[in-house]
Amino acid sequence: MTDDPRDATRGGVNPPALPAEPPAGGKIGPLSIDELYQATIVDHDRAPRNAGALADPTHQATLDNPLCGDTVTLHVRIEDGVIRDIAFDARGCALSRAAASIMTTLVRGRTIDASRDLAAAFERFVQAAPDAAVDEPDGCEVLGELRAFAGVRRFRSRRVCALLGFRALLRALDPAT
Amino acid sequence: MDPDPAAWRRDFPALDAAVHGRRLAYLDSASTSLKPRAVIDAVVRVFTQQAGNVHRGVHALSEAATEAYDAARDDIARFLGGHPDEIVLTGGTTEAINLVAHSWGRTHVGPGDAVVATALEHHSNLVPWQVLCAERGASLRIAPIDDRGRIDLAALAGLLDERVRLVAVSQLSNVVGTIAPIAEIARLAHAAGAVVLVDGAQAVVHLPVDVAALGCDFYAFSGHKLFAPTGTGVLWGRRALLAAMPAWQTGGEMVATVDHERARLREPPHRFEAGTPNIAGVIGLGAAIRYLAGIDRAAAARHEARLHARLREALAAAPGVRVLGEPEAGVVAFRVAGAHPHDVATIVDREGVAIRSGHHCAEPLHRRLGADASARASLALYNDDADVDALISALARVREVFR
Repeated sequence: MTDDPRDATRGGVNPPALPAEPPAGGKIGPLSIDELYQATIVDHDRAPRNAGALADPTHQATLDNPLCGDTVTLHVRIEDGVIRDIAFDARGCALSRAAASIMTTLVRGRTIDASRDLAAAFERFVQAAPDAAVDEPDGCEVLGELRAFAGVRRFRSRRVCALLGFRALLRALDPAT
Repeated sequence: MDPDPAAWRRDFPALDAAVHGRRLAYLDSASTSLKPRAVIDAVVRVFTQQAGNVHRGVHALSEAATEAYDAARDDIARFLGGHPDEIVLTGGTTEAINLVAHSWGRTHVGPGDAVVATALEHHSNLVPWQVLCAERGASLRIAPIDDRGRIDLAALAGLLDERVRLVAVSQLSNVVGTIAPIAEIARLAHAAGAVVLVDGAQAVVHLPVDVAALGCDFYAFSGHKLFAPTGTGVLWGRRALLAAMPAWQTGGEMVATVDHERARLREPPHRFEAGTPNIAGVIGLGAAIRYLAGIDRAAAARHEARLHARLREALAAAPGVRVLGEPEAGVVAFRVAGAHPHDVATIVDREGVAIRSGHHCAEPLHRRLGADASARASLALYNDDADVDALISALARVREVFR
């Protein structure tokens, strides 16, 4: 199943307040490429965890990012409201592959509700203002390695890349979303 | 001696902006070109001195707008080698092609008929034909390309029979940068009784375009890739074809007389231009064409050809880089081993280098080339050696990140 591609660009939070001046090229602020492509991200891109497919998924979803053609396919096996197993196949950039890989390590063994909470927390984290504290907005520890994606806040067009895996998870958990 | 390309650079104020503290190397003109001062001034003049509506008023501002607007259509006609009555002003290439698919297509393509497109096509010259064929019970045939990215002419000829109504082909590929032999394709298509629509979105800025010499029946292009504002485009069509085509959008501007029961439609091109047009954009397009008429275009073409060769050769020689196909003009698409094109584009952007990444609205072509996406550098007359060199050194940063 391939979902309406518009869904992948739909944010889960309210848009930030308008800046006083429209954005100008070259004024995005200092952020080195190494801060965006942190070692954690490069590592998960190169050696993704839980890559592949499950033989017996109970839930699955495929989501596209129409901007660059990234595609994430997610297989999930849920028993008694808990994610017992999860695997993904991501065709796309380092950000989408790494985020999906880290996600699978974090949600395996987690309940559906807790996984949804994590997805919402990561969405808020990525959509936060670029200068928001890394531990905000929820101060929770659950984001773990996902905090490596703080830099993507400064790259408006790349936020969707980081969010694609979690949005695929939400879709798999609830195909009606 | 050819003019100094630096003089062209100075005509484009967007090049003055530093990006991430670096000199801007704008290598994304195939997505949209930068605009020369002459176009920017023309658009400002519309809103300051020619701010009326066109073809509606008799007051001074309306007269000024109408005069500039009609002059732009004349300029476009001269530029393409057509007649002003054959110039339909649209919102872009996509709208121009959709106009043909809706108006000409619905009256000329029926059950059992066929449309031929090529494996190179941009989605805008593919999806309208898919939809038309599905709606009309016709079939869409795709002419294959070889590994260099060139249309297989023998295979295309083999697809042409009496069922084919139209052949849709881009003159210059927006991905592999290959030039289609339009005159030859038009001969083949006409011999089979089909008409030819050319997507000139990329070609119009890099190649000399003369619709008579090309022998095509429809030619579509966008203003914004030709140094003009976005939201402008042109459909040139043979007068006899346009005259026999029904309207596709209706309303004001396109009618001769109206009563409550029916309307008598105007002749082309106005029949296809319902509603208040993009006045400032069209006048800006006229200014862009006059800008081009005022420079030595042959020299600009030589400059671009030399830069394109440099770009192609430097990319082919860069470690881990694979160039897609064998580009002939305008663009070079490439892959970097171990790095997704999107990551490549983000990293080189931080070095001030603007390139496109993704499938460039040509997903089937990428599949054919064995790539899910690519990075693409594209040129305009304002680029120089430093831009190409900046891209090549920025690719070293890509290798550092993904080493």
